[in-house]
Amino acid sequence: MIRIEPRTSAAGLLAVIPPVLAVLATVLASALILTALGVSMWDALHYLYLAPFSSRFNFAEVLLKMAPLLLIAQALAIGFRARIWNIGAEGQLILGAIGGSLLPIVYNDSVSPLMLPAMALVGMAFGMGWAAIAAWLRARLNANEILVTLMLNSIALQLLYYLVSGPLRDPYGYNFPQSALFPDVAMLPTLISGTRANAGLVVALLATLAAWGLTQRSFAGFRLKVGGLAPGAARYAGFSEKRAIWMALLIGGGAAGLAGVFEVAGPLGQLQRVVTPGYGFAAIIVAFLGGLNPLGILAAAFFMAVIYVGGDIAQTAAGVPHSVNLVLQGVLLVTHVAARVVTDYQVSFSRKAGA
Amino acid sequence: MIETLTFLLGGTLLAGTPLLIAALGELVAEKTGILNLSVEGMMAVGAIVAFMVVSGGGGYWIALAAGGLAALAVAAVFAVVVIFTLANQVAAGLAVGILGLGLAGLIGHPFEAQTVAPMPKLPIPGLAELPVLGPGVFDHVPVVYLAPLMALVTWLVLTRTRLGLLLRSVGENPEAANSIGVRVRLIRFCATVYGGFCAGVAGGFISVVSATLWADGIIAGRGWIVVALVVFGTWRAGRIAIGAYLFGMATLSGLLVQTTGVAIPSQLLTSIPYIVTIVAIAVLSMNPKLTWLNAPVSLGQPYLPSK
Repeated sequence: MIRIEPRTSAAGLLAVIPPVLAVLATVLASALILTALGVSMWDALHYLYLAPFSSRFNFAEVLLKMAPLLLIAQALAIGFRARIWNIGAEGQLILGAIGGSLLPIVYNDSVSPLMLPAMALVGMAFGMGWAAIAAWLRARLNANEILVTLMLNSIALQLLYYLVSGPLRDPYGYNFPQSALFPDVAMLPTLISGTRANAGLVVALLATLAAWGLTQRSFAGFRLKVGGLAPGAARYAGFSEKRAIWMALLIGGGAAGLAGVFEVAGPLGQLQRVVTPGYGFAAIIVAFLGGLNPLGILAAAFFMAVIYVGGDIAQTAAGVPHSVNLVLQGVLLVTHVAARVVTDYQVSFSRKAGA
Repeated sequence: MIETLTFLLGGTLLAGTPLLIAALGELVAEKTGILNLSVEGMMAVGAIVAFMVVSGGGGYWIALAAGGLAALAVAAVFAVVVIFTLANQVAAGLAVGILGLGLAGLIGHPFEAQTVAPMPKLPIPGLAELPVLGPGVFDHVPVVYLAPLMALVTWLVLTRTRLGLLLRSVGENPEAANSIGVRVRLIRFCATVYGGFCAGVAGGFISVVSATLWADGIIAGRGWIVVALVVFGTWRAGRIAIGAYLFGMATLSGLLVQTTGVAIPSQLLTSIPYIVTIVAIAVLSMNPKLTWLNAPVSLGQPYLPSK
């Protein structure tokens, strides 16, 4: 007989159980799925979990994909701790990519060293502006931010489709739905020569440090956390809920917008119809998998990036459909939220039924 | 003009039906206190399974039922995670939704861009010959006629029967319900998987009745509109029905504007239902009394039975 009771003591070392179980379940699920698709078990595990480490190029791809996941997840976790559910990072990322593309498209022959910082600022402002819609509706009218941010994702995608097939399309691009290629000054410097890993990772790591400082060392972080854990106490202490809503959504929107700039200024080099392989949603999983803890998120973003790259490798090598990535992300998060019962509650086993 | 009106009526019913069916299922789950955000994924699973049945030569009713059962299985995973391991409902709903979308894409990979013959229509004798109303309202597949009936039955059961009282008591105050011997977790589980079944049927309707094809991403955000509809309908079956058909009409407005020849970007027209959803939620939220009067008190809260 399993008994579940409210937790009365800190979970301590038990905290490692949910992520470890989630990773194990994901590895198991990937082996099963790929075997069912006709790939041998060894090949399946090799493609997904070893190949990403097998060459300099592949490992650089992991770092490339880790950067946006890490940057966005750190920002989302700040909101999630305050129980403000920004599910709109995908749309905020798209807006950031759009905003970041404006300058290099308009000043296509620019050689100014200020180009990249300016793009980053515009992209962040666009991401924040998009998130501000949800923040305003929630703070002012108490409109559910989950639904609003989700709808904004769909609208952002349509806006991108419109812009790349109309106003921002490359006039010399044979009508392909994409912008002109960016000038060199609009491109992020690469970290490892001969690969695509870029300086975005450095920014993501700095964001990790900032998030750690905010949560562990600052009063603002404490106020946000109390607002999430005990809204009544937070109100009594005079912590403004509206301020928390604005802060959570603007930080999330700004980070996602910046990640969008890094996509167009990094691996893409132009604005296209597809600027994100679902980073905005995957970052939500990363935030939860990391236990909403800055250091946990660092590890979770790395693992998620490995799955992304492994999935790509499996796709090229064995024709495995891309949806496998989504299934694995689903398994990862489902297992994690279920296993959280051991840390959030006190689970005990007794021999007698119904004790 | 006459053709436009017929098209508008017929199209509204066709687009509103799956929204209504899924939203009524979600309503029942939410009435017991379970917020299931995985509707999009459950609908996708229902859509591909129903499509596979029809494409393999099976009947349409069997296909819809199979789609419903497949989504029910997905909902059961969600239900176990949130009811028995007390997971955060928002996170678990997103997780199971992603899982469902992935599974649907995976199973559906070999069927990508294939089509099936549409489900045969059942014109209502006598009424189908009426001008405008006949072809617009009375010349559809039977499911379209059944959906408003389902709204009526859902309303009756929730407000006028013992079962409805039981469902609502679990959502309003699980501790009190438990103390008088109601099996809270069992009822929540059943309501959640029932919601899953409805979402699966709705997904199947989209793939084998209205679109008659399979493409990854075919649900295209309708699952989220369903979740919004329950809020929009303030947890009342009648208002949800009105909302579902209004949204059905909003999805058509794009096509209608195009027939008038006004040059509006197609992407803006595609966005209309999403914009309407945001505006609807914003307008409704302005009046908290209206919104939260019928909202289940324990919605989204994990319930740990005390001994």
